[in-house]
Amino acid sequence: MDEKLKVELGKQGIFTTTLQELYNWGRRNSLWPLNFGLACCAIEMIATTMARYDLARFGAEVFRPSPRQADLMIVAGTITKKMAPQVVRLYNQMAEPKYVISMGACAISGGPFKQGYNVLKGIDRYIPVDVHIPGCPPRPEALIDAFITLQKQIDEQQLTGVGRPRHLDPDAPSEFIVPQFGPHDLEPPQNPDVWRPPLVNISLAGKNESGND
Amino acid sequence: MNLETIKSEIEANVPGCRLEIVPNNSPSGQHSLLIDSETALTVARFLRDAAHLRFDYCSNVTGIDWPGKEISEKVKIKKILDGVEQEVEEIQKTQSAGHLEAVYHLYSMEKKHGPVILRMRTEDRADRIHLPSLTPIWRSAEFQEREIFDLYGIVFDGHPDLRRILMWDGFEDHPMRRDYVEPDDYEYEPTPHDAVLQKAKQHLSETGGR
Repeated sequence: MDEKLKVELGKQGIFTTTLQELYNWGRRNSLWPLNFGLACCAIEMIATTMARYDLARFGAEVFRPSPRQADLMIVAGTITKKMAPQVVRLYNQMAEPKYVISMGACAISGGPFKQGYNVLKGIDRYIPVDVHIPGCPPRPEALIDAFITLQKQIDEQQLTGVGRPRHLDPDAPSEFIVPQFGPHDLEPPQNPDVWRPPLVNISLAGKNESGND
Repeated sequence: MNLETIKSEIEANVPGCRLEIVPNNSPSGQHSLLIDSETALTVARFLRDAAHLRFDYCSNVTGIDWPGKEISEKVKIKKILDGVEQEVEEIQKTQSAGHLEAVYHLYSMEKKHGPVILRMRTEDRADRIHLPSLTPIWRSAEFQEREIFDLYGIVFDGHPDLRRILMWDGFEDHPMRRDYVEPDDYEYEPTPHDAVLQKAKQHLSETGGR
């Protein structure tokens, strides 16, 4: 619909909209986060919901203690390999539509523990992530920015065709593999449907630009 | 509190104990006391209960891995060279077994002194890895001994609840040992260097550039 005509009609007291706008408006303004934190990022997440930053202004009124009632998972903190299956299981238990914000260096890549043996190198190895926020930990403003980014993403989604939300696509998966504890590592170490190691030419690693040592 | 006096007092009160002072030559000079595993419980009980010592607080328990060293010795061997028996010096290389070590830091809340540092050593790093648990003496050692069991693989006999504490049940390795090989879940690093670069190169050579 023509935007000018819409504004003109609005002045005359006639409200026009599309089902898609209404649907996305509803989705984006009532994102209820799951009430769980993993490490120090969770403290910043708590600060974001408190009076000074007040995430409730954006529709994230209530942190739900049950995954059945939550729409948004904020993965706030270090995901140890021992904790990873529980995180994926919580995500599987959430009802569609569901979104993930990966908060902080640990949740997006393993952060300072990336070279260790017991920390997962990013939750995006197992579940699809909508917004990544770097920082150690990110400030509450960064979390609010990620939240607004997610709202914009939802607002721009088409309800039909390619790129429609996952819950409107009968072929798209809603549950993801829960990793099992193996004798040496999690099995599988990543979900190949969700994440593949980036293909990067690192033959120049450790050398200068001319290719010499 | 002098470690020498403590050592002689323990020797006087605990018959059959073998003690050894492990010197620390750094400025802190925190020498430690190596105790044998047979009388360890008696020694620990004496340190806790003796009226003038009263080490009632075990603040820290940790593990150390001492891998086996290659020892080269010069040995004279008789050999027949060119039909004549000659004495030849040869270098023989032997591999020592190495050992695992548990270290206890003790303080006295009552007498306000400390620390006294106790060490216990296993016989090797493979099968004979049992040490007596000091949890019956100091309750605060419980979780830390579990952690040592988890990360170093020392088995503490007499521990009330010896399970893994950081890694999951069914995990087989001991990650803090020096020869631990971590799983290859390498991923791209923008600026690899040192150990990370080694890992990246090894991964790429194994997987053919992926």
